[in-house]
Amino acid sequence: MRAHYEAVPLRSAALITLLVGLLLSRTATLTHSQEVLKPLSIDQVGSGIYVHSGEIALMSGANDGAIANVGFVVGAKGVAVIDTGGSVREGRRLLSAIRQITDEPVLYVINTHAHPDHVFGNAAFLPPAVFVGSHNLPRQVMERGPYYLKSFRPAMGSLLDEVRILPPSVTVDDELQLDLGDRMLTLRAWRASHSDSDLTVFDERTGILFAGDLVFLRHIPVLDGSIRGWLKTINELARLPAKSVVPGHGPPSAPWPAALDPEKTYLERLQSDCRDLIKRGVPIAAASELAAASEKSHWDLFNEYNARNATAAFSELEWE
Amino acid sequence: MCARPVIVMAFAVAMSWSSAQPALPADSNDSWREIANNVFNGRPLADGSQLITLEMAERAEDAAIVPVTMRANLPAGDTRTLRSLTLVIDENPSPVAATFNVGPGVAMISTRVRVNSNTKVHAVAELSDAKLYEVDTYVKASGGCSAPMANNAEDAAARLGQMRFRQFIKTTTAPASAPREAQIMIHHPNNSGLQRDQVSLLYIPLFIVRQLRVWQGDQLVLEMDGGISISENPNIRFSYLPNGASMFRAEAVDTEGHVFWGEWPVEPTM
Repeated sequence: MRAHYEAVPLRSAALITLLVGLLLSRTATLTHSQEVLKPLSIDQVGSGIYVHSGEIALMSGANDGAIANVGFVVGAKGVAVIDTGGSVREGRRLLSAIRQITDEPVLYVINTHAHPDHVFGNAAFLPPAVFVGSHNLPRQVMERGPYYLKSFRPAMGSLLDEVRILPPSVTVDDELQLDLGDRMLTLRAWRASHSDSDLTVFDERTGILFAGDLVFLRHIPVLDGSIRGWLKTINELARLPAKSVVPGHGPPSAPWPAALDPEKTYLERLQSDCRDLIKRGVPIAAASELAAASEKSHWDLFNEYNARNATAAFSELEWE
Repeated sequence: MCARPVIVMAFAVAMSWSSAQPALPADSNDSWREIANNVFNGRPLADGSQLITLEMAERAEDAAIVPVTMRANLPAGDTRTLRSLTLVIDENPSPVAATFNVGPGVAMISTRVRVNSNTKVHAVAELSDAKLYEVDTYVKASGGCSAPMANNAEDAAARLGQMRFRQFIKTTTAPASAPREAQIMIHHPNNSGLQRDQVSLLYIPLFIVRQLRVWQGDQLVLEMDGGISISENPNIRFSYLPNGASMFRAEAVDTEGHVFWGEWPVEPTM
């Protein structure tokens, strides 16, 4: 089922939101006129495609929550932003970076999933930009958003004051194409894998795939969806005719499909260790210390996430 | 048997929501006293540190699935037995995670809970002397992307009510009457009722397993009256004494009145 997103019927609604948006953006501009924000550093990874590579770290006030890779694609009609970062401050710095490249309007803000390091910058972008995400994204951000705002408060402090939970107004059931004028982006929603709302963005002109957190490099993969789903998705992703990938965490760009190999090795190890521990009757708490322990030296932030991944994988695989 | 704990739980939800806006007392002991008074009708709680243990990791790695184990460790010669264990997660929206009434010989219960924020956790045991004994621990909620709510909505609907029962066979030369362990699992989203539907902005209704019972032959081994803090796909591992019966049976009832049940033959020891 391939859908093509029609920009035309949107226009009348967009006019209204544009007016509201102008008012809102004016307020926002006034509030923040004192602070001159440094644009995010960006790498050009292909013609008209730019990426800020996030720090391999946990979100904190010191790093603006800028730990995920965020980027944008510039077309003849306008810009598509792919993920907005871990704070409105990061989102604004991304917008400043966009403005160094082009004056074209931001037409689309695409969120690759619901995690805070990818969506907390949304409020830096206002209508008439259209927010786009997986069909599961509205549910996930609305359910989890208030919890994330509370649980990240100790680490992020007042940086979260401006964060707004903004669900997408256009959702992708399976596939959707967005026309930027001289280039077409293909968005695809995936089964529960890294999370329950994963979405990829493929630029046919350059062969660059924005994988969101379906691809991790250096940063240990984080499992918040389904380990079996993710491994299945990896096999399907490998067949996409991409030339390079922008991972959700790691370098701004990496060769395709080789970029899938490290996380595939990790997830397969995690899966087989959990299956073995389940078979042996080891309780989940003890199993979370043991599963995938052999992968430790290959990943950053291993201690922060491996036990959590093992807990999630174990509780899923128990039902096989 | 189960009606009262559910009412208590609903009351606890109301309590915590109504008190969410004004500043909560900073001293977590105060919230525990208030909860304990409500749940145990003002009955005194004695120090249980010599009789029961409560095992939880210091840090909740996955906020949606935090393993917890409670054990009765009565000293040798103590003739009292365990009647029930109540698990309370003080700072959760509805603090009473579950009450487990147990049959003869049950001395260990292990399950998985949701932890919303840094919190004290209490286990309260009632022994056959009809007295209550408490122990506590402190759990830090993990940051990161983990969130204490159900994840895979489609999967949950398709497999609602599926049950699994595992018996852990000890390959030692332990006699057939020695304690053994078993695990009951039920596929259920256990929605907390605290999440809003994004379109209607109404709260998604409470949809949880409110009672789960396991029998060994005709003897009730375990009865859980569950609350919203029990993780998606409730999962309970417990110790028991074999009574010579040939079958295990389990029955679960959820808040929409669904009744799920299953039967499994007792596996021989090796």
